[in-house]
Amino acid sequence: MARAAVVPSTRLAVEYWLLTYRRNWKGSILTSFLSPVLFLAAMGLGLGSLVDAEVGSGRDLGGLDYLDFLAPGLLAGNAMMLAVNESTYPVLGGFKWYRTYMAMAASPLRGRDILLGHFAYMAFRVTLASFVFLGVMAAFRSVSSPLAVLAPFCAALCGMAFATPTAAFVATRINADNFSTYTRFVIMPMFLFSGIFYPVSQLPIVLEQLAWLTPVWHGVRLCRALSTGSGVNWELAGHLAYLVALILAGTLVASRTFTKRLYE
Amino acid sequence: MSLIAAWGLTKRFGDFTAVDGINFEVERGEVFGFLGPNGAGKSSTMRMIGCVSDPTGGALRILGMDPSREGTKIRSSLGVVPQQDNLDEELSVAENLYVYGRYFDLPRAVLRPRISELLEFVQLSERSDDHVEPLSGGMKRRLTIARALISEPEVLLLDEPTTGLDPQARHVVWERLWTLKRQGVTQVLTTHYMDEAEQLCDRLVVMDRGKIVAEGSPRQLIERYSTREVVEVRTHGQVTVMAEALRRLGESPEAQAREELYERVEELPDRVLLYTDQGERLVALLGEVEHESVLVRRSTLEDVFLHLTGRSLVD
Repeated sequence: MARAAVVPSTRLAVEYWLLTYRRNWKGSILTSFLSPVLFLAAMGLGLGSLVDAEVGSGRDLGGLDYLDFLAPGLLAGNAMMLAVNESTYPVLGGFKWYRTYMAMAASPLRGRDILLGHFAYMAFRVTLASFVFLGVMAAFRSVSSPLAVLAPFCAALCGMAFATPTAAFVATRINADNFSTYTRFVIMPMFLFSGIFYPVSQLPIVLEQLAWLTPVWHGVRLCRALSTGSGVNWELAGHLAYLVALILAGTLVASRTFTKRLYE
Repeated sequence: MSLIAAWGLTKRFGDFTAVDGINFEVERGEVFGFLGPNGAGKSSTMRMIGCVSDPTGGALRILGMDPSREGTKIRSSLGVVPQQDNLDEELSVAENLYVYGRYFDLPRAVLRPRISELLEFVQLSERSDDHVEPLSGGMKRRLTIARALISEPEVLLLDEPTTGLDPQARHVVWERLWTLKRQGVTQVLTTHYMDEAEQLCDRLVVMDRGKIVAEGSPRQLIERYSTREVVEVRTHGQVTVMAEALRRLGESPEAQAREELYERVEELPDRVLLYTDQGERLVALLGEVEHESVLVRRSTLEDVFLHLTGRSLVD
């Protein structure tokens, strides 16, 4: 009966996700590339030319061209969108349709390996897409600070601040009925009202204060400061702390809901 | 020492008791079955043995270990074939085995030869690089079995291994499981198919509503809970009328005491079953009762099962 005990680890669960990613990485990179190209061309250049003529790179945009203002905001917003996608259907699928999690649970892997393995993969996906995004930003000449190389990591934190609580919630769902309501009425408003397209100071004060609570606003502030090099100060530590706190809280709740679903 | 032992094993979900204080032991090298209707508690029991569900009561030891404390260690010695296939349909046949082997931290150098051996064993070598999605149900089941064997487990857990397969596919699976049995692999399986239990199991327990209602080898169970033979008498007319006539037959002077002629009478929509140890003698007396046809057969596990768990549907 002598048998080397398997030491389960999150790394082994991540390997699964990377293997599936190897099957479709080309398509995923292409999407990560095309989406910022379209957004930056249409809104940054197209709409931006109008805004710049009107505002004249005025103080409302912190002295920035519209493109330079918009691009880092979209970087964070894009990370949020991708992270929400990765933490809704694939997570429910892991329990219900593909039963990937169930297959893992029958092996030596522990609940925390299954959960953290998937989270680590999501973070990898979002970071990778964010670097592609940054590359597109550079091609549009809207990066003006070397600190910008840190922006994709902040975007990924922003994404994970959504992915972890979203996955925690999804683990309690029997079906995908509420997912489109969630993206349409929770995520989309955040995309539109959290300082990606215009400063939140343009909003009525109540909405502005509400925007401060959204993780994406903190992500936008971080990415914008790093990509433009202006406003790099202690405020950023506050944004980082907020996002990290959300990720920790989301992971904690997710470990409860995952454990309940996996080992009921 | 038993490989698996349970005392008073219980699983409750809120107010519902799925497994109600069962005792059993599984010895090394045997094929042990949980037979029972849907909802009898078989799968809940299997999940507890598979260390993916904590018992709410009683004790369970697997390979001498306590699943609630050493689940990970136990699971590294188990191979699990779940009721619902959970293969990765986007990966190839070989990749499915590879990735599962990695969960056990097996190195590539070990996995590569083992994968080709296992694909050979389940007759899927030619499909090695194909996607899983287009495979037939039987092929997927065989692949799931191969996947469960990737870590060379000490115990193979099979939850309804052939449910949903066509007869040919079932026989291929049975034949593979037989081969594993000859190789000494301990197997624990659940089924609601009598023929499967009769073919595969050395020993089995019959479960009903969370409890074990009988235990033994298929032969022992038939001896204990059924008669040697069953006489099936069919009629075109009313079954109740014929059954009444058959009961009177049992009470007739020629038949002497009713108990001696048959043990039980059971009415089905188109026929009456007489459980007896003297089928031929009974048939000789049947001339007095109007009937369409008569058949004498040996008792099967199905007779035991239906006797123990009843014919009415419990949902």
